[in-house]
Amino acid sequence: MDKRKKNKLLVYIVNFLLTALVFAALVFLIDSGTLDRMQSNLLSLVCINVILAVSLNLVTGVLGQLVLGHAGFMLVGAYAAALFTKNSGLPLDIAFPIGLILAGIVSALFSVVIGIPALRLKGDYLAIITLGFGEIIRVVANNLGFTGGAMGLSGISTIATRQNPAGMFIYAFVIVVLVVFVMFTFGRSRHGRAVIAIREDEIAAEASGVNTTYYKLLAFVIAAFIAGVAGGLYAHHVGVVDPSKFDFNKSVEILIMVVLGGMGSITGSIISATVLTLLPELLRGWLGDFANYRMLIYSIILIIVMLFRPTGLLGRYEVTVSSVFGKVKGFITRRRSSKKEV
Amino acid sequence: MDFFSQILNGLGLGSIYALVALGYSMVYGIVQLINFAHGDIIMVGGYMVYFTMVSLKMPVWVAIPVALLVCALAGVLIEKLAYHRLLTKGAPRISLLITAIGVSLFLQNSFMMLFQSDPKSMPVMFMNGMIGSPGGLQVNSATLLNIAVSVVMMICLQLLVNKTKIGKAMQATSEDAGAAKLMGINTNFIIAVTFAVGSALAAVGALLYCNTYPQISPTMGNLFGLKAFVAAVLGGIGSIPGAMLGGYLLGMAEVLTKAYVSSTLTDAVVFGILIVVLLVKPAGILGKIRKEKV
Amino acid sequence: MTVLETKDLGINFGGLQALDDVYLKIEEKEIIGLIGPNGAGKTTVFNLLTGVYTPTKGAIRFEGKSIIGKKPYQINRLGIARTFQNIRLFKNMTVLDNIKAAMSQNMKYSALTAILRLPAYWREERDASDSALELLKLFDMEDTADQLAANLPYGRQRKLEILRALASGPKLLLLDEPAAGMNPTETRELMETIHRIRELFGVSILLIEHDMSLVMGVCERIYVLDYGTLIASGTPEEIRGNEQVIKAYLGG
Repeated sequence: MDKRKKNKLLVYIVNFLLTALVFAALVFLIDSGTLDRMQSNLLSLVCINVILAVSLNLVTGVLGQLVLGHAGFMLVGAYAAALFTKNSGLPLDIAFPIGLILAGIVSALFSVVIGIPALRLKGDYLAIITLGFGEIIRVVANNLGFTGGAMGLSGISTIATRQNPAGMFIYAFVIVVLVVFVMFTFGRSRHGRAVIAIREDEIAAEASGVNTTYYKLLAFVIAAFIAGVAGGLYAHHVGVVDPSKFDFNKSVEILIMVVLGGMGSITGSIISATVLTLLPELLRGWLGDFANYRMLIYSIILIIVMLFRPTGLLGRYEVTVSSVFGKVKGFITRRRSSKKEV
Repeated sequence: MDFFSQILNGLGLGSIYALVALGYSMVYGIVQLINFAHGDIIMVGGYMVYFTMVSLKMPVWVAIPVALLVCALAGVLIEKLAYHRLLTKGAPRISLLITAIGVSLFLQNSFMMLFQSDPKSMPVMFMNGMIGSPGGLQVNSATLLNIAVSVVMMICLQLLVNKTKIGKAMQATSEDAGAAKLMGINTNFIIAVTFAVGSALAAVGALLYCNTYPQISPTMGNLFGLKAFVAAVLGGIGSIPGAMLGGYLLGMAEVLTKAYVSSTLTDAVVFGILIVVLLVKPAGILGKIRKEKV
Repeated sequence: MTVLETKDLGINFGGLQALDDVYLKIEEKEIIGLIGPNGAGKTTVFNLLTGVYTPTKGAIRFEGKSIIGKKPYQINRLGIARTFQNIRLFKNMTVLDNIKAAMSQNMKYSALTAILRLPAYWREERDASDSALELLKLFDMEDTADQLAANLPYGRQRKLEILRALASGPKLLLLDEPAAGMNPTETRELMETIHRIRELFGVSILLIEHDMSLVMGVCERIYVLDYGTLIASGTPEEIRGNEQVIKAYLGG
């Protein structure tokens, strides 16, 4: 028992050091100018997409409910944060973090209002109703005065500046780390077990004392909060937001990241969001205009993965320090023993 | 009189929704899948008309069978290639739904590659022009055609489903696929027929759409398909008269909102209707609910 | 003491009276059988007792208090746990987590405590794991603790489902065809398990079963349902000789 605890502590330390190392290296590369502006922007975008994918994974992968309106929560967060930093009069360094929290809260409030009725439905119907809500949010934003209508909001202060090129990345990366940490710790608790139990068998979960309505709503609200924060980051990443950026296609794009990575796998979502964000840029050089048939290729991959590996590439498997250690250890001992046999 | 004209316009638009909604409804009835790609079948139909009439310079009576056949074939192929494996394996519903979204994306993006993403203008097909009538009623001839065709189609479909052997087999498969199989019904064949018929109806919808609104684009099926799906849910998914009723109601709601409320809010109204229906009467106006057995 | 009592219980599904006039009475530590031909409404009784369906008439009293209108999870927390005819496990969770999922109500720590990994989290999780392992050990399942439930053989899946129901700490355990699909040896083992559960946990047990050797072997009293109504009740000997029951089973 004591040894187990020691191991756990070791894993925490290794995880922390690895994360800090990656973080420091990337910040250094951006600050020193080794990565140009486009590349560092891309890194921030990777972080934002990771946050979105990980948050949707909680609802679609862990809870097992298909949500097709995730971009709607991102929109709410983006507008909330942008309107706050534009109008608060506070200096950006203070206004932005407050704006992000506000983005999460407003988005979470929306999700409560939407979730209470919507989560009464199941499966396909839940998917459709979330799609409907997502579209309504977008259409309404298109028609309101204070949201700037179809033109959206422009002149939102961007965080990455000439003086502080890594500004956005630092925020985005720290939030990724926080979100991933929360996902793992939440997932491996009695609350996480309740959410997973609902995915596995809702009727049995309820019969085992799980308040299914509460946990469905809880997962939905946490996911919306995080998507709202991601929206707030996004608004201050690009500097302009308009409703068309948060349409059904955006929701589907996030869904693709979750599904390909493995429904229910946090690390799967991280990997696939990273790869799918970087890939179009990396392939731009030698595949001509990859962006043009990016979605065509995604759609084919999506169908093939669903047909032959319906739980996604990683399934529910998590790539963690201990699992990698275990693999490497196993590999070495196996090689040793096979050598001995020879 | 203006109001009455708007009602007619609504019925005209609703007729197209109804034809597309029938496909959603039939497929859902038989395999319990929201076939997200169904909306894109209209787009395929539209481009087939464009291809035969503009690229090949053929007359409209060639375009009609081409569109019908290609769409029916596309429906069957989608079922065989994308859904069949999952359906027979009893895969989770969520996988099926995601596959359907994948197929929809695939159709949209492959047509973008084939025909470019800019909208295309359609040539004159059947008739589309204002007919003034004695009462000061302003009616478009295309509207009347839409209504007439949709009514004829529904009657044909009712006859097919209720009076023919294949139709009875469809009903049996929809009621209980396992039992139907035991009774010697080739359920695979019946599922294929359902997809073919549903897609052909969507092709008819596409023909009417192109005649009424002579412009097409690779993403036209996206929103239009979703709205047709809303129509199917509104009428009661799985029910043929329900799909028609839902289509008409939705068309009228949309046209009336456009005319009297706001043209930019119509989509919000459509999805608002969806949400209200799902929350108040999830089985729709004429549908019946299926409950999970404990 | 009476654990459960129903009076004049009935439910109507869209005009069809699926269940009518059901009077049940279960005393502390009793093992009761509920039998009847297919479609007699046995599982419907379970669904009414656990809140899956709301009765259209009659009363259900659990430890003297009405539980009508309560949700399934509330009823579970009050002390009625059940298994299902077609096993419903959390298939992609480990055996240990299946048990722990049902123990959640006895744990107190909040989501925030879990996220911050405060001492209460570690303590309660460790206690839960310990008692879950203990439960598994009692029924010779501790070797499977880290396996996925889906990978267990059929008989052990049935057993796990019973243990999961026990893990929520019930006073009344409802077993829906626990012997379905078992061979005679497994059935005999199950009979022992049922007796042990009663001795160790002091629960009352109501079980639906088609296997007459099991019903006659373990039940102290039996209720017989046919076409949604009770046609007989009594000791196994009384039921065995009851004309009406024989007629119902032979389809007379």
